[in-house]
Amino acid sequence: MAHWIFTLAIAAVTSGDLSTALQPSLPRPKNVLVSFFEWFGDLGIFMGRLISAMFVPPYEGREFLHQFDELGAKSLPLVALAGAATGVVVTLSTHDSLVRFGAKSFLPAVVVFSILKESGPIITALVVSGRAAAGIGAELGAMKVTEQIDAMEVSAVNPYRFLVATRVMACILMLPLLTLAADFCGIVMGWVANTLSEPISLRLFIFDGFKNVAFSDFLPSTLKTMVFGLIIGVISCFQGMRATGGTQGVERAATSAVVVASLFVILADVLLVRLIIQFFP
Amino acid sequence: MSIEEQHPNAQQQDDPAVEVQSLHKSFGSQTVLDGIDLKVAQGETVSILGQSGTGKSVLLKLIIGLQKPDSGSIQVHGQEVTGLSSRPLNEIRKKIGFLFQQAALYDSMTVEENVAFPLRRHSKMPERERKERVRELLASVGMEKSTNKLPAEISGGMQKRVGLARALALDPDILLFDEPTAGLDPITSAEIDDLIRRLQKERNMASIVVTHDLRGAKTVSDRLAVMHDGQILIEGTFADLQNSRDEFVRQFLGGC
Repeated sequence: MAHWIFTLAIAAVTSGDLSTALQPSLPRPKNVLVSFFEWFGDLGIFMGRLISAMFVPPYEGREFLHQFDELGAKSLPLVALAGAATGVVVTLSTHDSLVRFGAKSFLPAVVVFSILKESGPIITALVVSGRAAAGIGAELGAMKVTEQIDAMEVSAVNPYRFLVATRVMACILMLPLLTLAADFCGIVMGWVANTLSEPISLRLFIFDGFKNVAFSDFLPSTLKTMVFGLIIGVISCFQGMRATGGTQGVERAATSAVVVASLFVILADVLLVRLIIQFFP
Repeated sequence: MSIEEQHPNAQQQDDPAVEVQSLHKSFGSQTVLDGIDLKVAQGETVSILGQSGTGKSVLLKLIIGLQKPDSGSIQVHGQEVTGLSSRPLNEIRKKIGFLFQQAALYDSMTVEENVAFPLRRHSKMPERERKERVRELLASVGMEKSTNKLPAEISGGMQKRVGLARALALDPDILLFDEPTAGLDPITSAEIDDLIRRLQKERNMASIVVTHDLRGAKTVSDRLAVMHDGQILIEGTFADLQNSRDEFVRQFLGGC
């Protein structure tokens, strides 16, 4: 079992395609391991270039705003819909259990806590990693294989500053904002789902739901999405910038951007939830 | 007739715009460049001929610093390029225009924005002046009527023209062409070659043209160099090449 998990993780970071890990003809362990460590080595070099491009002027404000709109504003409807659906699902699925235990009055609090602390942030991150990571991976991958990134370099423009830093910053800053939208839609739709079966006023639902919510419940879990944004931005740009080999390379870049970003978001969430419990008990 | 008599610009040979010495480059076990020496004077055009995959494009990418050589020296206006950090390298890149094989226009930008891109980054000229300059550049390559089109909406030949306008945006001293006529029909190729020749005369730039199009190379160049097995087999005028007894050169020139 452990062997399979390890193989899946290696295949995900080296090729980005989980189906590769499930094929009977696995690559020789040595080659897989070498490319696994190479991938992390390349990621380290990439991060070094990104950090120096991100913090040294000139800053690409205009391109950043464009990306903020492109990746953030245009993800809003999708995130809002996913948040709303999550609110409905959380309400419906917990309603019966709470009724069974005679704790029906806790439903608003359960819905609010569940959405604010976990469902809202993770659903937002996964939706964004599906939409934005695929977009960034494909766009940068296409630019790489058609020499547009080389063209930028020969124009004496640092592509890490113009293309990568702007996208990563946009991802980091937009994730908490999108999470707020998902939380809002989730809670409102949670109320709608609840009130359809047992009418309750929105005011009472909100009052009951937020009665015991402290800032330490809301802020850390919302701000942790900045880490998700960092992962999505970095992984998708990295996979795009290392694309090679025509349209197949672009396809691989887009697929691996989504797969690896989503996987890393979930793994990071495990760590972050533990840390949040540790520091904000 | 000597080279100097044919092309007065070649007299500036003592002060090369680009000088490459003993350049070596390998990818894994495959040696691509195996000791290349090349000198290009200001105002002179040198074409590098050779089969596909002989490392001609790699040579251009080494000169502009997109790749690093394994050993050897590359000097641009007397300044060593190899081993430069990004800031001084970018200063040198501003003096060099590069036309890519597939033009490499930015997909998401219009023709006008593509040409304005280097200007927007590196010059502080006001918006109106910049627009005027972009219009002039596009007019010089005959593309002034397609300013608002996206690269996907124009033909391959037109993309090359726009790529050329973008390469000229910062008024470079040196132009590098990577297969400027590859994938174009003979008439469009001839138009591009004429355009290159005209712009060179107007601007007195040093140019290196990497190509396997012999006819185009003959039109645009002062000197030609034939590359084979990572080395320059022969360098000289077209007549020198025709008089060569080297079997590969004779084979390459074919019926010309």
